[in-house]
Amino acid sequence: MITQAKCKKIIDLAIAHAGDRVSDMLVTVFEQDQATSRFANNEMTQNVDTSSITVTLYVNARNRTAVTSTDNTSTRSIKRAVDKAIEMAAVLPHDATTLKVLKPSNWTEDSAPMFSRYDPRIAALGPDDRLARVKSIVEVARRGRLKAAGIFATYLNTFAVGNTAGLFRFDQQTNIECSITMLSASSSGWQKGFGCNLDTVDPVALAEGAAMRARKSRNPVYVRPGDYTVILEPSAVLDLVSFLYGDFTGTEHWYETSSFLKKIGKSVLGDNITIADDASHPLQTGFLFDDEGMNRKKVTIVKDGVLKSPVKSRRSVKYLGGSPTGHGAAPTASEGEFPMNIVIAGGDSSLEEMIASTKRGILLTRVWYVRDVDPNTKLLTGMSRDGTFLIENGKVTRGIKNMRFNQSVIDMLKNVVEIGQPVLAAGEETFPAVVPPMKIEGFRFSSRTKA
Amino acid sequence: MPVAILAPGFLANLRESAWSHIMNKQLALYALDVARSLGASYADARLIKTVTETVETGNLFVVYAGESENIGLGIRVMVRGGWGFATARHLTAQGVVFAVTKAVEAAKASSRILNGRVKLAPEKPHQAVWQSPFNIDPFKISTDDKVNLLLECEKLMRKNKLVKQTSGLLTFTREKKLFVNTEGSDILQTFITSGCGIDAQAGSHEHFIRSWPNSFGGQYESAGWEMVKRWDLLGNSERVADEAVAVSKARQCPEMVTDVILGASQLALQIHESTGHPTELDRVFGEEENYAGASFLTPDNLGKLQYGSKIVNLTADATVPHALGTFAYDDDGVSAQRVELVKNGLFVGYLTSRETAHELGLPRSGGMMRATGPGFTPLVRMTNVSLEPGDAGSLADLIADTKKGILLDSNYSWSIDDRRHNFQFGTEIGWLIKNGKIVEPVRNPSYWGITTNFWNSCDAICGPSEHVFWGIPTCAKGQPCQAIGTGHGAAPARFKNTKVGVAKPAEDKPKGGAHSKSRSGHHHAKLPRHNRHCAGGSK
Repeated sequence: MITQAKCKKIIDLAIAHAGDRVSDMLVTVFEQDQATSRFANNEMTQNVDTSSITVTLYVNARNRTAVTSTDNTSTRSIKRAVDKAIEMAAVLPHDATTLKVLKPSNWTEDSAPMFSRYDPRIAALGPDDRLARVKSIVEVARRGRLKAAGIFATYLNTFAVGNTAGLFRFDQQTNIECSITMLSASSSGWQKGFGCNLDTVDPVALAEGAAMRARKSRNPVYVRPGDYTVILEPSAVLDLVSFLYGDFTGTEHWYETSSFLKKIGKSVLGDNITIADDASHPLQTGFLFDDEGMNRKKVTIVKDGVLKSPVKSRRSVKYLGGSPTGHGAAPTASEGEFPMNIVIAGGDSSLEEMIASTKRGILLTRVWYVRDVDPNTKLLTGMSRDGTFLIENGKVTRGIKNMRFNQSVIDMLKNVVEIGQPVLAAGEETFPAVVPPMKIEGFRFSSRTKA
Repeated sequence: MPVAILAPGFLANLRESAWSHIMNKQLALYALDVARSLGASYADARLIKTVTETVETGNLFVVYAGESENIGLGIRVMVRGGWGFATARHLTAQGVVFAVTKAVEAAKASSRILNGRVKLAPEKPHQAVWQSPFNIDPFKISTDDKVNLLLECEKLMRKNKLVKQTSGLLTFTREKKLFVNTEGSDILQTFITSGCGIDAQAGSHEHFIRSWPNSFGGQYESAGWEMVKRWDLLGNSERVADEAVAVSKARQCPEMVTDVILGASQLALQIHESTGHPTELDRVFGEEENYAGASFLTPDNLGKLQYGSKIVNLTADATVPHALGTFAYDDDGVSAQRVELVKNGLFVGYLTSRETAHELGLPRSGGMMRATGPGFTPLVRMTNVSLEPGDAGSLADLIADTKKGILLDSNYSWSIDDRRHNFQFGTEIGWLIKNGKIVEPVRNPSYWGITTNFWNSCDAICGPSEHVFWGIPTCAKGQPCQAIGTGHGAAPARFKNTKVGVAKPAEDKPKGGAHSKSRSGHHHAKLPRHNRHCAGGSK
């Protein structure tokens, strides 16, 4: 794992080498050590332990910006990357909208509390520790005469940002990830956990949850496609709602491409929906400053269904007004900004209560291969997967064959009738976020499939 | 420990030197020696250096101009029948020993939870040097020429005043890959890959897009600057803009069952999702169950299942010149091959690796094992999975031969279940056909089907003159997720009685707002570059 001193040295070297050939320069260093034990059919199929680093230089030479990156941290390579960026910038057209880099005072004035998301116990896990977890998962599968497939992975992430105005930010964090599919001859169940702290992910509990869903959905039956009351587990909520993240950015409002254009201050979702971006939330993961080195502020995006504010970069506020929120993604000219730490407020229903109050409905554990179909209404399609159940008279009665849905996620969030407690949910379409389970009326399934 | 074979001083700071086949080969061979000494029964090392240059413009500004450089050594080892993999970032003797030790420790852990030791189908050792063919080195074209081309295209697209957003992308990669293994293979391959694309969005508070040559960043080939010239971005700019405006004014695609003609690039993605992925033998064996999924094409179907109609012939061919899934040797050290997957409609073959080929009882791997750079372990991947051309002539001939139907062109949306049965695709534009003539464009067209029913409804495939090898640069698979390029040869084809327009917005909903498609496709492509993952790709 790279040290703070080494990151500072790389950034200082790049800035010194550029000298007065550049007007401004931003340098980021991102390193990831990743170890993943992968299993299927109750055996280990892959076991990887890798490390990668990317040093990225954003060079502004007289309002012409070029970007170079390298994974070679030698003096010669860093200097070469600086020279290449300056050479590329020289031939680009002048761009009067180019921003100067962030001054240190711009972020210290409004400093969010810094706290550690680094758990030395995760950093210390080795291949035998991962093996022990995989064995415990496979043991759950064997006891239930099931087959387990999935991963147990650890991550050590380092991020540093520095610039020619003297700003320097640095942070390190750990992540742990465990995703498990349990399979019977006719069914499957899935669970996934993610967090910064070793205690947040319990592989055996996840394995038992996935095994329970596989057992309960054995010999699934067809149900007729149509509009149903559905209960979405948090991962399913996450993988659908994440399709709105881009609409919550200042750049999409500036470019007039957000689904919520000219709706700030107006009701856009159900009055029981409140969505924030909050990097400091205790259940959240990720770094507390953005790619430009600015602290990630808490932004209430939707309050009681009313659109309050998108997240904004220093670039988009020039056109939208207001203050930047610390969500910039470098280079902001192409990347704009993004809400990286979504938190959807919870309600007071438990999953069990939602099921008990449902006369006839469908419970979805996981959605799969979700894509937007109509950009103007945010109509999404996708499939259910690994645990799709029929609810009858307040009880989960049996598994059903997977179904394809065609559903507007905006309409979905207008038809939420019950909300549970939020958790840090992880899916496959996006990064983890803090979201609750939801019960929704009128969710549209359009077809069914064999498996 | 054979550390003394090469003194640390000899290899220290190797990264400082220019790419040297001799120097790098010594380092890669050293990795194999260390692996053997630590108990590996098999090992391979891939030392890869990649340089990528990208220029992206949007709304008449240069939004990204840059170059990235990556170098690393991936080491894969087998110990007591279990796999381990690690990457050496520091290309020194110490860095290699550190990485190989990690790979061996991982492999030892793997060996303690196996149903049986992994065995590999035989492959004779190869010694080769190979260069992908190209005519004009794209790295010798100046950055300002690249920028000017895209800005000129944007200006042409903006001649139509109803166009709201325009963008362009050019991206070029040069990759040098050295592969050595403990069986004596020693292979150096150099790849030049080029990609180009433009698009325009139109509409007032709604956004409709048209792109060229393909959606989501354009066309990608194993070729040089000549492919950018051949696709004639300038010559297509005004048409693309006019079609975006036409879509914005068109009515919603009606819901109906009709004959569908898929344009060649859309058919390429149809092949990718419904033929390529389900024929990956590692999926069939359950190794991707947790993420990418499995397959309905289980071995009991091999040689028995009528996958498509009699005119449907699908192959995986890594030897085609200039396609994105082309190479000389895969990352198992197996030479490139042409393998039949579907012959006269019958399912006859899989995409395989040495491990999965042995497991199925095949004498040899088909050579489909590839990794995304030195940081990843190889997986079974598509090469160029293609529909062989038919005898239906040109696209104009096929339209003239269609009494009632719809032509669907340029992918917008794609989704298929985890067994690859139930798919739904949307395209940028649809053209209604009546009595052999295009009569009207429609917006938001989609079509839905079940894989085998759909392919069995194929009744006409255009001829070689319409056949193009489309490149998909972002095929996602594996955990950790790897995105890799695949190729798909396709000519437009017709599918009878297909359900169209199933996905449509409810008519009573207000049409407020819009959504911008980023060039890279999915909205998650807008994540900070270091946070991007595979979500936006095809998977």
